[in-house]
Amino acid sequence: MKVRYSSTVFVAGLIFFAGYAALFIAPDEKTMHAIQRIFYFHLPSWIAMFTALSVVFVANVAYLATRKPKWDALGVSGTEAAVVCCTIGLATGPLWAKPVWGIWWTWDARLTTTFILWLLYISYLLLRGLLDDPERKATFSAVFGIFAFLDAPLVYVSNRLWRTQHPQPVIGGGNGSGLDPGMGKVLLLCVIAVMGVMIIILLDRYTLEKLRQEFEELRLEYETLNLEPASIGKERP
Amino acid sequence: MSTLRATAILLSKELRLEFRTRELLSATIVFALVVVVLFSFAFDPTAAESRRYGPGLLWISFLFAGSLMLNPSFARERLNDTIDALRMAPISPFAILAAKMLANFIFMSVVEVVLVPVFSVLYNVSLAGVAGRLILVLALGTIGLTVTGTVFSAISSHARLRELLLPLLLLPILTPLLIAAVEATASLLVEDPELDRTWVALLAGFDIVFLTASWLLCDYLIEE
Repeated sequence: MKVRYSSTVFVAGLIFFAGYAALFIAPDEKTMHAIQRIFYFHLPSWIAMFTALSVVFVANVAYLATRKPKWDALGVSGTEAAVVCCTIGLATGPLWAKPVWGIWWTWDARLTTTFILWLLYISYLLLRGLLDDPERKATFSAVFGIFAFLDAPLVYVSNRLWRTQHPQPVIGGGNGSGLDPGMGKVLLLCVIAVMGVMIIILLDRYTLEKLRQEFEELRLEYETLNLEPASIGKERP
Repeated sequence: MSTLRATAILLSKELRLEFRTRELLSATIVFALVVVVLFSFAFDPTAAESRRYGPGLLWISFLFAGSLMLNPSFARERLNDTIDALRMAPISPFAILAAKMLANFIFMSVVEVVLVPVFSVLYNVSLAGVAGRLILVLALGTIGLTVTGTVFSAISSHARLRELLLPLLLLPILTPLLIAAVEATASLLVEDPELDRTWVALLAGFDIVFLTASWLLCDYLIEE
């Protein structure tokens, strides 16, 4: 627990420093100026989201293979962390797009894909809420999670073929791409900081979910033993 | 019993059950018709406009109708707990799922066979020269719709608010299918119709990916 506490404090410090670096240390962008600085949190939140979604996919497959409740706990924690990161990405994008593109939103491949992903994983969380039996909840949400993960590349390809407007990848995007070294360092710092936040959220949520599972098991045991009225600590009426 | 034979027997059971009353089919056809008619108020249904919006309209109405029609597929089995009897039978769980997928594919095809000519008449779009290619696009799109829809119907049949949940799970997953089907259909409605192969390939890819996934995961869907 002590490690968890100190790492949370460390990540909190890191994200504050990353914010400071993105605002004051990173060099000014030639045409977009201040608004470009949102990019230091926009891109890292997407990287963190895709990392979290990969964790979810691994957890879903592992749950179906082993049937250990800890994988289900990891799956739901990862999904919630991913939805948070996705929401940050979807919110920071339009803030940047309005002054630069002149519009809040456009139905471009990357924007549409992430929006659909956001909807899919929110449906995943809704599905969990609507299934009562814990084992069935875990199995069905794992199956749906795998379907959603398989759908992501198809959504991207179909939108890519259809219409696209998002800026081409700045880093490693062929000729003329690349960042100023000063920008690169700040970006790296921001990626590490946002990843740290995502991992802390994920782990805390994981601990919470494990506690809930344990609690639920104990409650069931209690009920079968008929020691006490079952009304104590029920999550929902 | 071989999976193939079990599937055939279960399919005949699904078809007999439906064609005794035809209630699901008639309700779905009328629903799709309502959607098609309502769309005429969303834009000016001249021939030129219909060519632009028609494919989208057609597929949206199929997707909506499908997401409602697929609901009873597994929910019907829960009514008398017949799903338990199916599970106890010494057959592969994929046979149960495959029979339902095939039955839903047939039901959806019936809906489309009725709806497409009606659409063609109402929106003044000529489909005579492209019938064969259109059937290919419709079949590929319908496979994708019924494969994912049947799987999610198994999931949502156990949930609360299942009528609302199924479209919620199904429609976002079908985004690539909708885009590909609409674009492929649109390529057949222009002056010089030529089937766009990219979209047909994407449709086929969608079908293969999710058919394989449901084959791999069907044990978890049908178990208890």
